[in-house]
Amino acid sequence: MTAHLLVHLLVLLLFAPLLPGVITRTKARFAGRRGAPLLQPYYDLLRLWRKGFVLSRTTTWVFSAGPVVALVVPILAALLLPFGALPAPLSFEGDLILFVYLFALARFFTVAAALDTGSSFEGMGAAREVTFACLAEPTLMFALLVLAKLSGGLSLGTLFGTHLPASWGGAAGPALGLILVCLFVVLLVENSRIPFDDPNTHLELTMIHEVMVLDHSGPAFGMILYGAALKLMVLGSMLVRLALPWNSGVWFLDLLIYLGGLLLLAVLIGVVESIMARLRLVRVPQVLIGTSLVSVFALVLVLR
Amino acid sequence: MEWFVGGLLLLAFSGVPGLFAAREGGGAEKLACLMVCSGAACGTWAVLGVLAAGAPLSLELPWAIPGGALALHVDALAAVFLLPLFLVAATGSLYGLVYWPQRDHPENGRKFRLFYGLIGTGVMLLLSARNSLLFLLAWELMALASFFLITTEEHQSEAREAGFIYLIATHTGTLALFAMFALLEQAAGSLLFPGAGSLALKGGQATAIFLLALFGFGLKAGLVPLHIWLPGAHAAAPSHASALLSGVMIKTGIYGLVRLTSFFAEIPPWWGATLLALGILSGILGVALALAQHDIKRLLAYHSVENIGIIALGLVMALLGRSYGVETLVVLGLAGALLHVANHGLFKSLLFLSAGAVIHATGTREIDRYGGLLKRQPWTGALFLGGAVAISGLPPFNGFISEWLLYLGAFGAAQAKGPGPTAALLVAPALALIGALALACFVKVFGVTFLGAPRSPQAQAAHEAPPLMLAPMLALLLACAWIGLLPQTLAPLLEQAVGLWSAAPGASAGLGAPLAPLGWVSALAWTLLLALCLGVWWLRRRAKGAASAETWGCGFARPSARMQYTASSFADFLVRLLRFGLWSKRHGAEVRGLHPAPQHFASHTPDLVLDGGLRPAFAGTAWLFRRLRSLIQNGLSACYLLYVALTLIVLLLLFSVT
Repeated sequence: MTAHLLVHLLVLLLFAPLLPGVITRTKARFAGRRGAPLLQPYYDLLRLWRKGFVLSRTTTWVFSAGPVVALVVPILAALLLPFGALPAPLSFEGDLILFVYLFALARFFTVAAALDTGSSFEGMGAAREVTFACLAEPTLMFALLVLAKLSGGLSLGTLFGTHLPASWGGAAGPALGLILVCLFVVLLVENSRIPFDDPNTHLELTMIHEVMVLDHSGPAFGMILYGAALKLMVLGSMLVRLALPWNSGVWFLDLLIYLGGLLLLAVLIGVVESIMARLRLVRVPQVLIGTSLVSVFALVLVLR
Repeated sequence: MEWFVGGLLLLAFSGVPGLFAAREGGGAEKLACLMVCSGAACGTWAVLGVLAAGAPLSLELPWAIPGGALALHVDALAAVFLLPLFLVAATGSLYGLVYWPQRDHPENGRKFRLFYGLIGTGVMLLLSARNSLLFLLAWELMALASFFLITTEEHQSEAREAGFIYLIATHTGTLALFAMFALLEQAAGSLLFPGAGSLALKGGQATAIFLLALFGFGLKAGLVPLHIWLPGAHAAAPSHASALLSGVMIKTGIYGLVRLTSFFAEIPPWWGATLLALGILSGILGVALALAQHDIKRLLAYHSVENIGIIALGLVMALLGRSYGVETLVVLGLAGALLHVANHGLFKSLLFLSAGAVIHATGTREIDRYGGLLKRQPWTGALFLGGAVAISGLPPFNGFISEWLLYLGAFGAAQAKGPGPTAALLVAPALALIGALALACFVKVFGVTFLGAPRSPQAQAAHEAPPLMLAPMLALLLACAWIGLLPQTLAPLLEQAVGLWSAAPGASAGLGAPLAPLGWVSALAWTLLLALCLGVWWLRRRAKGAASAETWGCGFARPSARMQYTASSFADFLVRLLRFGLWSKRHGAEVRGLHPAPQHFASHTPDLVLDGGLRPAFAGTAWLFRRLRSLIQNGLSACYLLYVALTLIVLLLLFSVT
């Protein structure tokens, strides 16, 4: 149990920053550039760790709580989630709700920290973040309902268990396909990726998540970046498991399948970011309501 | 039972000594507070005895009024509602010593304390009544006492209007309850409440009883579209009275529905379906209307509508579980609903009390005039933050536990085979949407009130609340944290209550490990809390001596507090998305051109049912009758003679026919 927990944490903590590196690299390749080294995120984290702070005069302790929650929550949530075929270290009936609500807690404090600076831009980002989250939440819930119905259990371990290959082949295949698409959209929204959010522009007006953390610096900003990478890996794990549900039985091989899947997902995100422009703000709710409807449809397919 | 009755009497007479004391004297208010607190302590002791023994307390006294004995009966189901009442009443009365002192309010302090005690008595009596007549008496006592609490500041027209609407609403509801209890008496053959699951009623009579109860109790609980009286009333009352009204009083409606549905042997599925629609409507519309408010107390009041919706969703699952015979759905749904009743009592009172501390310090209820209060009121801010996290249903506080139970039920319903309670699975996405909107709303309130820079001179000059106001809030927060961190300690209470409600013997299937592993949640909540505290402590230590500068203003050298996002602008995007249900009104012109002229902008959101439906309907009826009166009472003697003649002819015709 303890060894299992340690392996889980090590994989999570060491591998996660590679994903943003892969995404950046893919985008660079698409644009015809060589791009930053794959390990650049690790260097960035190290550099930020050593730096000092600048704190805004308006802020209070809530401002420091934002980065801490953003880092702690993905780690705790990862303990509830199986990594590919590797089972979750902690698993109990109903942990999927805790999983969702842990990320809601992270959102609460990130937004509060943004409002703590008193900047109009950060307020704007905060308002957009909570608005999009309201629209993404029902989609996620419908998707989880479909998975719960198929697996017959209420823990993430069972949801992403060994029944998945059979389900793909059976009558539930189309529903799983729809869910996969919906979860990919949720992943893009939650991790503030194009087409929903643009982490790379220099216009604060067009950013959502990045503008909320504009005033953080030094180790606090490092914690945010690290937390974002962990979140990408944790949410991505769900997609990877759904898309590549094979169990080989050999834990090392399973781990390789899982990590390879994550890298593929990162490349896919990079491709999407390269070939799409950012959606107009008013279009985002329409897309998210659309995915909610698609997930309802998947649920109907499963319940029928 | 002696303890319970003693507590009842102490609460009832707590305000009486003050009536004979001097108008400006402070002694009577301390005595009243002492009596309320000791009454609450007596009551708590009695209720804990009930839970420890696992057997209800009862008392039957002969009664001169026809219709059975004066029967009091305290069981675990009532205990869930009683325990928050005692805590909220006691903390509120302590808080009131500083918030509403006699010397500042000589004209209404004595009245306030008299009815504060009486509403507590009313709720206690109502929750323990076994006799319909006694129940209705207690119901009226509670309704009238709360009317006087709402109109405490009767010199303000807003309070008078809120009180008036409340009075009409509550008595309309009481009328329905009179009819409902009359039908119930016919069916059960006695004014005493029938036992759980003993009423084998079907068809029209059961339907009539259920619909009347849904109207009467729903009006008190504030289910949409019956919530009309709630926002105004809770905003008008003093904060610690709002806490009692919103945290405890409206739950008597839920208690009525829970108790009534327990009588029936069979529950038709459409009862659950009807309540499901009302619950989802209340939850979503309540939180959407809350998002659009600018007044902190109205906002909190609309959140009560939302939370009543969540509680109703739990009851829905229990009802559907009974209809289809799914035991786990009954246990999870009702346990979730009952726990949410207690939870909402705690965190809503905490929020009202801390909002009161903010209003006390700044003298305004407008959220957009606050800002940066965490620096001036660090304790109030931290306590409000705790309440905000709890009401948004986030771990590690108590709101999460009850919502988690409801989710478990809904997901379980999704997995049931056959034509079972599939409707119950709608609860999960509805709860998810409600939860996300509630989070948006509370992060807005907390952020705009306590964070950023002060938006007005009053906020700039705010001061921390005195310890006697903070201590009651701290007690409530600790209760919230206790339920969140050690939920397994409450499982026996909930199991007993569910067992009492459910008809089948031995139905109180354990709420424990296979169904709802509370131990795991508790362990993870502790881990989360410790990790967060440690992390913040470390980061704060590392940040010591950090350079301090102005917030990055994207090129503006001199940012001002007026540039911050306000409560309205924060919610604007969401409110516009929800405009089909809100009908927000926006006044003001767009800013155009390079050198725009000064512009004003204002937005406000009316209550859809009250302002959009009832007021126009009543105004139209009044207009119609005014027209009719001027037509009939036209002052022409000839017409009046014609009326006399017509009446005579009609009477003659009638008599000649018979």
